[in-house]
Amino acid sequence: MKIVARRPQSLTRAKTHYCPGCTHGIIHRLVAECIDEMNMRENTIGICPVGCSVLAYNYFNFDMLEAAHGRAPAIATGIKRILPERCVLTYQGDGDLASIGMAEIVHASARGENITVVFVNNTIYGMTGGQMAPTTLLGQVTTTSPYGRKKEEAGYPIRMAELLATNEGSAYISRVAVNNPANVIKAKKSIKKALQTQMKGLGFSLVEVLSTCPTNWGLGPIDAFKWLEENMIPYYPLGEFKIKEA
Amino acid sequence: MEKVLMKGNEALAEGALTAGCVAFFGYPITPSSEIAEYMARKFPLLGGTFVQAESELAAINMVYGGASTGARVMTASSGPGISLKSEGISFIAEAELPCLIVNISRGGPGLGGIQPAQSDYWQATRGGGHGDYHIMVLAPSSVQEMLDFAMDAFDLADKYRIPVMIMAEGTLGQMMEPVIPRAKVTHFIDKPWAVNGCKGRAPNVVNTLHLSPEFLEHRNHVLGEKYSLIKANEQKAATFLTEDADLVVVAFGLMSRIVKKAIMEVRKKGHKVGLIRPITLWPFPEEEIRNAAQSAKMFLAVEISMGQMIDDVRLAVNGKVPVEFYGRIGMIPSPEEIAGQIIMLAEREGF
Amino acid sequence: MDSEKQVLFAGFGGQGVLSMGKFLTYAAMGAGKNVSWLPSYGAEMRGGTANCLVTIADDEISSPLTEHPGMAIILNQPSLDRFEEKIKPNGTLVINTSLVDRPLVRDDLTVFKIPVNQIADDMGNSHAANMILLGACLQKTNVVSTEQALEHFEIIFKGKKQSVIQKNKEAFLVGIEYAKNNW
Repeated sequence: MKIVARRPQSLTRAKTHYCPGCTHGIIHRLVAECIDEMNMRENTIGICPVGCSVLAYNYFNFDMLEAAHGRAPAIATGIKRILPERCVLTYQGDGDLASIGMAEIVHASARGENITVVFVNNTIYGMTGGQMAPTTLLGQVTTTSPYGRKKEEAGYPIRMAELLATNEGSAYISRVAVNNPANVIKAKKSIKKALQTQMKGLGFSLVEVLSTCPTNWGLGPIDAFKWLEENMIPYYPLGEFKIKEA
Repeated sequence: MEKVLMKGNEALAEGALTAGCVAFFGYPITPSSEIAEYMARKFPLLGGTFVQAESELAAINMVYGGASTGARVMTASSGPGISLKSEGISFIAEAELPCLIVNISRGGPGLGGIQPAQSDYWQATRGGGHGDYHIMVLAPSSVQEMLDFAMDAFDLADKYRIPVMIMAEGTLGQMMEPVIPRAKVTHFIDKPWAVNGCKGRAPNVVNTLHLSPEFLEHRNHVLGEKYSLIKANEQKAATFLTEDADLVVVAFGLMSRIVKKAIMEVRKKGHKVGLIRPITLWPFPEEEIRNAAQSAKMFLAVEISMGQMIDDVRLAVNGKVPVEFYGRIGMIPSPEEIAGQIIMLAEREGF
Repeated sequence: MDSEKQVLFAGFGGQGVLSMGKFLTYAAMGAGKNVSWLPSYGAEMRGGTANCLVTIADDEISSPLTEHPGMAIILNQPSLDRFEEKIKPNGTLVINTSLVDRPLVRDDLTVFKIPVNQIADDMGNSHAANMILLGACLQKTNVVSTEQALEHFEIIFKGKKQSVIQKNKEAFLVGIEYAKNNW
């Protein structure tokens, strides 16, 4: 019998706690497949955030560390500076990276830390029950923007990929989405490129992954993908914003 | 007024609004997020200000700014967030700015858990941040007290120019109980020290840097005198069956309710047990405990922690009689479990 | 204090478990009782289980918490798996047999069974399941009397359309009948 598909080595057998339709499952798999294909499982150290993926240390099958909210890039710096041969990656959500962790991510990128950041952007705070994120769109209803996000009160959503691409220390910055198979394939290619950037020692790499949160958006999974395509992609365009060649 | 069913977190927020709070600055964290969400719903309708800050650290500095204008402002968080606020709280305490800081507490240390706990007691009462300072700390034990204490906190903060913290276990924030709403506060004291534009007066300065060693000592003494005044006048505790008690249990917040039930069971067995429930954790009700130590034969501190409030009980008892400890952390002890511990102690000592 | 009753509601998120508990809480408050309602919360909610604990007493409620409720209302099998062992000795268990079909492990409990989802479907109102269950429970256990609950329907469902209130009342009465005829 020929094996045509299998669980990546870099994922454990644990059953995840994610909600039905959550895209963390897809993104975890893409990261794990890339690590496997680059033969790096035993050479990788991952740092998970505070957010829905706070338990990612149960799902990734390599050394994992849990960070305080927003501090993953700083922790990654501590690890990579001591063990430069390792692949060090952080996996962060919008609150973790773009809100409380804004200083840490900007400075890790400015310093050109040779780490890879997987940034899961679903425009909302999932784990704590659906509050507004720095990436929440204007007019979007959340539990802390109950009448829709207003620019007068809460300002504008932040485009992290573009922002970090302006730093010289950034070597590879891209934005992808996982709302359909074609995008999922492109997302995997981009994640692999980011990891390769790190292993070549070119500098800081980040892939922003546009994702869904059906539970807190109040949509079914299919409708959530549609919402992503119609609302998020126009504001958060897909593409590569910075590429440093060797 | 008619009783209304309210969630603890929401009752606290409603109390703050009733007391004339005009701004909330905060960041979501379980189990306190409902306070932020309530304010996000109400303030746009009332003309107040809700800002979801980028972090708890930013939020406390927003409070520092808001409070310096003389307005009634607040923030709410849980243990890890209060840790982040420590620097800001030290600044606010030295600058003598009134404000309300809420800790809906959960288990720690580190990311800990989301179950209720009382292990932020030292953080709350020993300053938490750097330097010689104190903040007042109130510990509610019911949803009604969540509302009432929010109002008291603003009054005390304004009266003494001091940050006031309400520390309530996660359960209290999440549960619903009937509550009697209160009448809106309409009268506020003058704040001539505020920085709100120096029209018609000399400029005010709010600062905490004092490079002159003499002046720094003077400042610390000014603060020290304030704290002595508060200690002399604002200690508060509730007592239950302490008059004839051989064994006095000391417990605050949610734990005090569990202990009360246990004591009622233990009394049926003939043991003379009572409860002192600190309501102000700072200033700690030393007087109440000192008085009880005149006739009690033993004290038992019961906490949802590894034992923090017990330090203050021991200090107040001052070696007169033994002070024992019982606590759980992560798990909340049941009334049966506490009753069992008390009976074991009582039988061992012959009470 | 012996008048203190504690009822646990447990099911999956979206089954209306927390609302059922709130209904009972409002009904008890309307009946002049002391009452508290405590939900599972936070990250516990991700992944789909929900439960809440309602405490009802004549006197001041000493503890809104317990590991061992006297009564449990179980709406789905994972909840039975989680809570069966925790119910107080000789306690009461109400099971939704539309979603639970395994035999019980404990033999000391007083058990009442009702296939609420099926009854709701038969009524032509699949959302009625919770009110049917509440009607049956209150009829049998009298934690709050059904009369008091009915008296306070308008207050409990304040703000909802009359048609919604009517539908819920109907379901509640169907539950009462079921208990009268079957338990």
